[in-house]
Amino acid sequence: MTERKTASAVIIGAGIVGNSLAYHLARLGWRDIVLVDKGPMPNPGGSTGHASNFIFPIEYSKMMFDLTTDSTAQYKELGVFTESGGIEVARTEARQEELRRRSSVAKAWGIPYELLDPAGVGDLVPYLDTGVILGGLHFPTVGVVDSLRAGTIMRERAQESAALTVDASTEVLGIDVDPVTRRVTRVRTTNGDYDTDTVAVCCGVWSPRIARTAGASIPLTPIVHQMISVGPIPLFAHTVGEIGYPIVRDVDTNMYERQHGGDMEVGSYAHRPIIVAPDTIPSIEESALSPTELPFTQEDFDPQLAQALELMPELLGDESVGIRYAINGLISMTPDGHPVLGETPEVRGLWSVAASWIKEGPGIGRAVAEQMTHGGSEIDIHEADIARFYDFQRTAKHVQERAAEGFNKMYGIVHPAEQWSRERRIRLAPMYRSEEALDAAFFQTAGWERPHWYGHNAPLLERYGDAVMAREAEWESRWWSPIINAEHLAMREACGLVDLSAFVELDLTGPRALEVIQKLAVAQMDVANGRVVYTSFLDPKGGFKADLTIMRLGHEHFRIVTGGASGMADKKWITDHLPGDGSAQLTDLSSAWSTLGLWGPRSREILAGTTPDDVSNEGFAFGTCRPIEVDGLSVLASRISYVGELGWELYVPIEQGARLWDTLFEAGQPRGLVPVGIGVYGTTGRIEKSYRAYGSELTPDYDLVEAGMTRPKVKEQEFVGKEAYLAQREREPVATLCSLVVEDHRAADGRARYPIGGEPILTTLGDRITDAKGRPSYVTSAGSAPSLGRHVLLSYLPTELAVEGRELLVEYMSERFPVSIALAGSAPLFDPANERVRA
Amino acid sequence: MSTVVCYVETENGAVLDASLRALTFARGLAAEATEVSALIAGPPGADVTAQLQSFGVTSICVLSAGGLTGYAPLALAKALAAMASRSEAAAVVAAATDHGNEVLAHLGALTGLELAANCTKAHLVEGERRFRLVRQRWGGSLIEEAVLSAATGLFSVAADSVQPVPSPAAGSLAVSEIAPQLDALDLALQALESPEESPGISLASAKVVVSGGRGVGGPEGFAVIEELAALLGGAVGVSRVVTSLGWRPHREQVGQTGTRVAPDLYLACGISGAVQHLAGCQSSKHMVAVNTDPSAPIMSRADYAVIGSVAEVLPALVDAIRARRSSC
Amino acid sequence: MDVLVCVKRVPMVGGRIALQGDRRRLDTSLLGFTVSPHEECAVEEGVRLSEAAGGSVTVLTLGPPEAVEQLRTAISVGAHHALLLETDRDDFGPLATTRAITRAIEGLEAERQSPFDLLLFGNEAADTADYQVGVRVAHALGRPVATGIKHLEVGGGSARARRTYRGTEELFILALPAVVTVKEGINLPRYPSLPGRMRAKKTVVATLRPTYEAEGLEMRSLAVPTTERRSAEVLGHGVEAVPPLVELLVKLGVIE
Repeated sequence: MTERKTASAVIIGAGIVGNSLAYHLARLGWRDIVLVDKGPMPNPGGSTGHASNFIFPIEYSKMMFDLTTDSTAQYKELGVFTESGGIEVARTEARQEELRRRSSVAKAWGIPYELLDPAGVGDLVPYLDTGVILGGLHFPTVGVVDSLRAGTIMRERAQESAALTVDASTEVLGIDVDPVTRRVTRVRTTNGDYDTDTVAVCCGVWSPRIARTAGASIPLTPIVHQMISVGPIPLFAHTVGEIGYPIVRDVDTNMYERQHGGDMEVGSYAHRPIIVAPDTIPSIEESALSPTELPFTQEDFDPQLAQALELMPELLGDESVGIRYAINGLISMTPDGHPVLGETPEVRGLWSVAASWIKEGPGIGRAVAEQMTHGGSEIDIHEADIARFYDFQRTAKHVQERAAEGFNKMYGIVHPAEQWSRERRIRLAPMYRSEEALDAAFFQTAGWERPHWYGHNAPLLERYGDAVMAREAEWESRWWSPIINAEHLAMREACGLVDLSAFVELDLTGPRALEVIQKLAVAQMDVANGRVVYTSFLDPKGGFKADLTIMRLGHEHFRIVTGGASGMADKKWITDHLPGDGSAQLTDLSSAWSTLGLWGPRSREILAGTTPDDVSNEGFAFGTCRPIEVDGLSVLASRISYVGELGWELYVPIEQGARLWDTLFEAGQPRGLVPVGIGVYGTTGRIEKSYRAYGSELTPDYDLVEAGMTRPKVKEQEFVGKEAYLAQREREPVATLCSLVVEDHRAADGRARYPIGGEPILTTLGDRITDAKGRPSYVTSAGSAPSLGRHVLLSYLPTELAVEGRELLVEYMSERFPVSIALAGSAPLFDPANERVRA
Repeated sequence: MSTVVCYVETENGAVLDASLRALTFARGLAAEATEVSALIAGPPGADVTAQLQSFGVTSICVLSAGGLTGYAPLALAKALAAMASRSEAAAVVAAATDHGNEVLAHLGALTGLELAANCTKAHLVEGERRFRLVRQRWGGSLIEEAVLSAATGLFSVAADSVQPVPSPAAGSLAVSEIAPQLDALDLALQALESPEESPGISLASAKVVVSGGRGVGGPEGFAVIEELAALLGGAVGVSRVVTSLGWRPHREQVGQTGTRVAPDLYLACGISGAVQHLAGCQSSKHMVAVNTDPSAPIMSRADYAVIGSVAEVLPALVDAIRARRSSC
Repeated sequence: MDVLVCVKRVPMVGGRIALQGDRRRLDTSLLGFTVSPHEECAVEEGVRLSEAAGGSVTVLTLGPPEAVEQLRTAISVGAHHALLLETDRDDFGPLATTRAITRAIEGLEAERQSPFDLLLFGNEAADTADYQVGVRVAHALGRPVATGIKHLEVGGGSARARRTYRGTEELFILALPAVVTVKEGINLPRYPSLPGRMRAKKTVVATLRPTYEAEGLEMRSLAVPTTERRSAEVLGHGVEAVPPLVELLVKLGVIE
């Protein structure tokens, strides 16, 4: 008879993440927590056990930067952090430019850094052959940690406060789920069963297997990362402690070298991606070392030996220095490289806390503990939300292909708009073939191939000449074309046709549908049938949770339309707020509807030519939706615009989408209609109108007041985040979102440069700007505003600085360019009175 | 009636325990009654004769050769060859000691006969010149079932796998000398012997072994291992990891490529229990493991376990033993 | 001082040996490979001898194409030449192995027109542990052989090979050319250096295909011995286990 025990939460996996989660839950008041691991303490044999344990603070992602900063602070508090400094070295000119780009991001986040010439690098790392490098980027606050010790201390603290019991050498046999409530009910282990409604899977490479026992998926794959340790290094004999020399990231060769006592540890991300199927990870018994320290495959590392020797010839070329340890280490990789965190969409109460690096572990533990306790976390981790994945992205093939392609980019120079080359053409819009024929440049979002611009529109470049704001430098011209700007101008002149098939359409129906949507939306939702509402969702702390439009199609029928990238996470959020009795239901109809956007001064003419229905301004008001007939098709037309033009979103059953495209395309030809890509829809169109984007301007870090999106009144009904929002409205906002324009693009070398996002905004003295909450000012969106002939940057600024006309600087590729505030707040730069939209 | 020839080792006037087991094995090779001829290197004393007789040896051949002062494997092999050939022996057997394996290897090389080393069982298939046998691989962590087709089979016997059982039907015993034809090279291959200079208790024969592995943490951590071993009148052993890391000398290594031990008590401290290590200590009568991991492989062999670190447990154990002794 | 060392590619096993379904071979899918521990020391010994006296070390193995990895490892710690006797078969017995190695050595010695001063083997392979190939090769080549050696000095036309057997030190003096099989503990093998590894990668490994001949000893099946998977009786955790442990030692008669 197995013993039945109860736990408030069962945490599976005692690596850095599991230990941190246990500690933070205990700190937040949880009791009766159980931590289970099939290995022994203190080192159960997972990736934490063989990690290289160093932390570079620099990250392009704000989320990863925040998590790293928090984790570093925690490691310091635990007394396990040793500062060593770290240097990324460049062997190529392309990398030198990348280091300059990176240094500007370091400036944006407030990370101490220094760009060095080879001699400067040589001063810090005397054994580095400076003839091999062109320069380096030095981060003095880089350090190493004892992650095993940190995990142990955190675990012990939780145990001391009597909040935690630890079941080591205990294997999880399965997780039971109630089929009706879809909620976790029990964890079965080799040491007895635990009744619980909360389980956190923190098992790194084993996570998918464990989650599967509950019927949930955690999309990550184990992948090999090779590392060797060589020694004894004569020079290191003098070092007191673990490390005396800065860590070197030889990024052009995808390698790093760090001192570890008397040894040099050399790691590589350069080898072929070696995916290991989770079910073939050896048990502790079968392993010679540990389950995540697999036998070394020498040939895969040989090119790296040569490169390491090149960089550190005397140190590593010493014949008395031997390779004393060499493994194919196992780490977790996800399809997009971010961790997978949060409650799984499939199973309530089952939390994924997986695919973390040492450098984020403690921070992730804290953030998820806060989510589990308060429903939100101090650090915004929405980018890592496990709910973000579509079903196809959870397939083993997709995960593995992405991980394989992403692996060699670990230290790569990755453009923010860079497209994946594998696993393409998964979701094709019904008008895909037509778009292909128009020579569309397809970018992939949420699996959809979306035209970013059309090669067919190239002749427009001549027509618009300089107004297309062509770019000279390679970096900002990559994954971009001046055709985008030409399309923009053509749309503003006549009309554009946009493929919006990547929209996520979620229908909320039932007697309590209004109640549910009222509770989630900031805006008043009890509107007449046929109204379209543009609104935000907030989290309990009043930060942005979602930004979407909602059509009331009937008394008990709302259609929620959101972007492809955030659609799945939005779906979970809404689903979580449905009543348990089925009186409101959410149906995902994204694969049932195709959407086209028809916008521009002549859009009404064009549409009118295809429909007998009244589409005049009086007959079809802005912000309303209704079915109309278009050339024999029944189309749901919605008069709103994200590009600031007169026009409609047109929804049609997916199998009829091709016909709708053809109809409108043909009808539009005599009136100057051009196919318009996402380059316009996602950037140029909205940036001229100061329309904010979720994930760029609208994140949990900021609120409606700061984003300049408040309405005169707040509805009297309750909604998530209302209390916080009301408080925000009472106060003077700490920051204000502004639109800035670049005043002078000229770089030192005479070329015009165009920042593309993430760059810091500085005072005219070159100082970093932070607001009273410590949030830095940086470019949240950047893009051409062709109708204005300017390059526009959006950035939050401390309110006291947010004055129109104020002159500031933007730093791009470590050069500074003068900018000025064109607008503080949300008023549009183009067509400020919104006459076009309301025409 | 089969004849089996057996190379028997003696020490200090008694037959080596391993050879007694080899003799037991030899007797069991054939279903029918077996004549066992033993080869020994020097004239047997009364005890040796009596022992051999009780173990079913029917004839003792004493190696006689001028110019032999020490152990001479080629000479012994040639003697065995002569004995086997003139008696048309079904098999030649020896304990799988370093000497036994070496002598049989030479015998095999001289005669072209095949040697199955480290056997735990063997039987002659009735009416055929074939043996079914079981032998050890990986130091005993893997068992091989094999067949040897040969007119005469050579077998070295894994000592820990065969119990020494005297013959129920001990009969008469003839003693003779055997003087094989030896050339200069045969005589040249001989050991110049001197006593081993090594302090302390021999690991191989210790009744208590206190053994340390990676879990001891480093060379300094062995101070307490040495202390405990001294207190218990035992020897210090180590795992292969410890010698590879250079923490302790190889002569202390217990394992497949180190020393095989069979003490009354084996204390495995901070040893995970890799297959090659267990090969060296699995014959221990009682085993206690001290380890932080309750499911380390060693736990499936150990009789008792203490879950804890060596650094924590051993000093406390040493203190407790000392306290106990001082209060007696 | 020219030395030839024979090695064998074997899997690195952990706490448990896994067999394939046919129970005739190991499941090596999760395992890395190495050479037997005694042989690692033989390679090191050969390298040390050639470093001290000048000369070269040739390393030879009978094995699958992948065994090149083990040869390159030997080069990376100082061996100079490598020869692979390549076979797809995994059932070469002691006699067939002896023949293949002997022929290869004869071929090499004919090429260089002189014998290797010393042939080194490991005392026994980690897996099959037949204990006889070194001795058989010595006989086939007509050279003296000492086995299980823990200390070796070579010079003046002879090798002085020492080992200890049951409290007695045994010294064998062998006239060169000679054969010695060594045991782990004769030295502490060095780790490969990076330049060593680079050299190893560039070294051309010669290959021969030996012929297989069946012999009288034939493996039929393998099995992991069924020691009852018992659970050790836990006396306690940490220092609280000391009193019951002391009681146990008294009970076993280890202490009074």
